[in-house]
Amino acid sequence: MNGYSELDHFLHTDPRDVGCTQAMKMMHVYAELVAAGEPPEQRYPGIAAHLHACGPCGEDYDGLLAALRDETP
Amino acid sequence: MAMVNPVVDQSPAAADPVDPESAEWLGALASSGAQREAALGRLHEMLLRVAQRECRRRGPRLRVTGPELEDLAYQAAADALVAITRKLGQFRGESRFTTWAYRFVILEVSDKIGRHFWRNPSVLLDAEDWDKLPDRFGFEPAQEAEWRDLLAALRRAVDTELSPRQRQVFIAIVVNAVPLDALVIELGSNRGAIYKVMFDARRKLRAALAANGYMSHDITGRS
Repeated sequence: MNGYSELDHFLHTDPRDVGCTQAMKMMHVYAELVAAGEPPEQRYPGIAAHLHACGPCGEDYDGLLAALRDETP
Repeated sequence: MAMVNPVVDQSPAAADPVDPESAEWLGALASSGAQREAALGRLHEMLLRVAQRECRRRGPRLRVTGPELEDLAYQAAADALVAITRKLGQFRGESRFTTWAYRFVILEVSDKIGRHFWRNPSVLLDAEDWDKLPDRFGFEPAQEAEWRDLLAALRRAVDTELSPRQRQVFIAIVVNAVPLDALVIELGSNRGAIYKVMFDARRKLRAALAANGYMSHDITGRS
């Protein structure tokens, strides 16, 4: 990704984005669906949009998903 | 003012049936005496394992290592355990109990890392190191002729289009590379509020750049 597309991506805002509070509230449900191999984007498009855009929430989600996958024998 | 979408995605309307393993956890944690102590001990062990793993996962990108990182994991696990026992009544069975509990410890790790940033900050909050902006977005110095005007327009828009609060948050996060969770601590705010400030700032800046022909208008619903 070059500088222009990086800036373009950064300045893009998705109107479906639910924000941090809602994303954090439902993160465990979303992560469990993903860990089970189900696509959560259709049921939770606003959370998917947020996790795509918000670095800290995306980081938390990655950590939670890693914890769930770590549990799987 | 544009809003981060307040509409809640589909979520279970009422408490879901709790799976047997989660029910066992809830029963043990709501009990008393040795049974509760044993459950608390087991839960703390699991939370600590998740916290340590998460600290190791994030470690390479942090300026925290060794015993400090281990201490951070212990603090996160202990604080998560307190939060979980206090909020046990809020568990609705939408996921397994342990997944719900892991979320607490992951969020505690983020909070602890955010607080740790200010123990040895690499930047001051009121600094404005605009010279680093091209590098933040990956603009190559060799192609400066191509991006100089764009970034000058961006800087003008930051100065003229943003509110004082939006400008402060933009400068801290984008120009000075202060982690959002660290800024939350310093401003006594919360992640959602700071994200919202940045969300609105990003919309304004794109609109300003688009109005001056530097960038296309945003396409609604792009994923």
